[in-house]
Amino acid sequence: MGQSLAEKILQRHTNDHVEGPGQIVRCRVSLALANDITAPLAIKSLRAMGVSRVFDPERVVLVCDHFTPNKDIDSAEQVKVVRDFARQFGIVHYYEGGEVGVEHALLPELGLVGPGDVVVGADSHTCTYGGLGAFATGLGSTDVAAAMALGETWFKVPETIRVDLVGTVEPYVSAKDFILEVIGRIGVAGALYKALEFGGPVVDAMSVEGRMTMANMAIEAGGKAGLFAADATTLAYTAAHGRAQDAPIAPDADAGYAQRLRVDATGMSPRVACPHLPENVKPVEEVSGIPVDQVVIGSCTNGRIEDLRVAAAVLRGRKVARGVRLIVLPASPKAYRLALNEGLLEVFLDAGAVVGPPTCGPCLGGHMGILAGGERCLATTNRNFRGRMGSLDSEVYLASPAVAAATAVAGTIIHPAQVAG
Amino acid sequence: MRFEGKAHVVGDHIDTDAIIPARFLVTADPGELGKNCMEGLTPGWVRRVSPGDILVAGENFGCGSSREHAPLAILGAGIPVVLAKSFARIFYRNGFNMGLVLLEMGDAIDRLGDGNALVVDVAQGVVENRTTGETFQVRPVPGFMMEMLEAGGLVQYVRRRLGGAA
Ligand code: SF4
Repeated sequence: MGQSLAEKILQRHTNDHVEGPGQIVRCRVSLALANDITAPLAIKSLRAMGVSRVFDPERVVLVCDHFTPNKDIDSAEQVKVVRDFARQFGIVHYYEGGEVGVEHALLPELGLVGPGDVVVGADSHTCTYGGLGAFATGLGSTDVAAAMALGETWFKVPETIRVDLVGTVEPYVSAKDFILEVIGRIGVAGALYKALEFGGPVVDAMSVEGRMTMANMAIEAGGKAGLFAADATTLAYTAAHGRAQDAPIAPDADAGYAQRLRVDATGMSPRVACPHLPENVKPVEEVSGIPVDQVVIGSCTNGRIEDLRVAAAVLRGRKVARGVRLIVLPASPKAYRLALNEGLLEVFLDAGAVVGPPTCGPCLGGHMGILAGGERCLATTNRNFRGRMGSLDSEVYLASPAVAAATAVAGTIIHPAQVAG
Repeated sequence: MRFEGKAHVVGDHIDTDAIIPARFLVTADPGELGKNCMEGLTPGWVRRVSPGDILVAGENFGCGSSREHAPLAILGAGIPVVLAKSFARIFYRNGFNMGLVLLEMGDAIDRLGDGNALVVDVAQGVVENRTTGETFQVRPVPGFMMEMLEAGGLVQYVRRRLGGAA
């Protein structure tokens, strides 16, 4: 039997022979990542380990993106711990200030991740890099500390659920809708411990940014990784971001899968995940008319330039509904600059949006858009757990940038076609 | 690594709040945590355990939060090894990283009863039920994981690998 993408990538990084799911293998890691919340804990573990240097100062990445620009004294102290450590250990890829973006939007743009890599991060959405054909997964801080020290970690080879996207994609339907559809079908524990592998004609035609949006939310189905084969589209993307040596990688045609799923895009309308779980997924028509207080466009799921373009196309020449706050946070400095150069920021400002800096901000209820009790938000983020964006009595709906922009204009959840035609 | 002890059987989907309720997370000391092991399942549960006993669990053992206190509480209760039908992903990592031996037995777990006398050979992947006379082969723990367990967990293992003082 052939190998799934997960097995294939793990095999490249281990001296063990990858036989199949359930086996434990020791792997070399390409990159180890932590952020301003998780790095301080990892640094504590590194000190307990008696570590005086990391395995490779070029392959440890520290991104202070969650509570930055530092929102209070505690977050400032945390960032200081990370900054001091980065200086002391000569960490090349340390990011804060104007260089910072939401980690999982930033790393691909800096060319730090590519096909066939194994990436571990002390952040559950590390799975985003699966969109580039990397095996990437979130681990605890102690685990990531060990990976930073040794340049290796252990994995249990996961079973894989294969998802094929077929059919014709309707207007205003995008990657976010497909991943919501998958989560809605299999549930928040549907891929527990397993890898999700995406393919099919719709994926073949999808941009790398779209693939990253989908891989990003593999964890919302409980998945360990979300994987896409690296094809010509992937290589064009990584080459454009400074990587010349990447090669394609794909699963074997006779790979063994634990489960297969087929999503037919034909006739599918945008999807919305209702409170308080990402699996409460409905077609937008079914939740149409629900009023919102706030709309957030940003995050590692949908804060990339492609997302900003989609949102701007809906918002151009229109106004945000009275009483609704639209917050746009480009997820990286590059997305921010492109949005500026392309005139998108002006579209947002003209519409009446607040445009903020690249930060996780409201996505995890950190800052820059916290909800009061009884308020409702529609966001392009990835989690809508109770209280995720503020008060325990607030509500978060998850949707695509197109639905978010249209909802901001209408003031109620709405199909983008009803706003933008 | 070989363990001999009495089986304590618990059910499916035992979560980290059952293993060690959040109100006891005021310490990271295994001994202290161990006093309240499984307190979220049955109050006073830990009193039935003698050092060296073996926990036998159903499906998805350790689901819930990523707290490293859960495997520490089990170790602190004097239980060095957990046999389960299956483990939750993060617990599985945390267990080994904290030095707790975890073996997945699949459906064979049903052949182990409460109070049975068990012998577990970790490196060979053999579980023997002395009470019933049955023997089961499970996937053995790979060499480097054995090293980690013998070192007492991930932090000590890295120390050793880097040649630091133990
Ligand atoms: S944007 Fe949200 S989901 Fe992404 S890394 Fe930040 S907090 Fe996590």
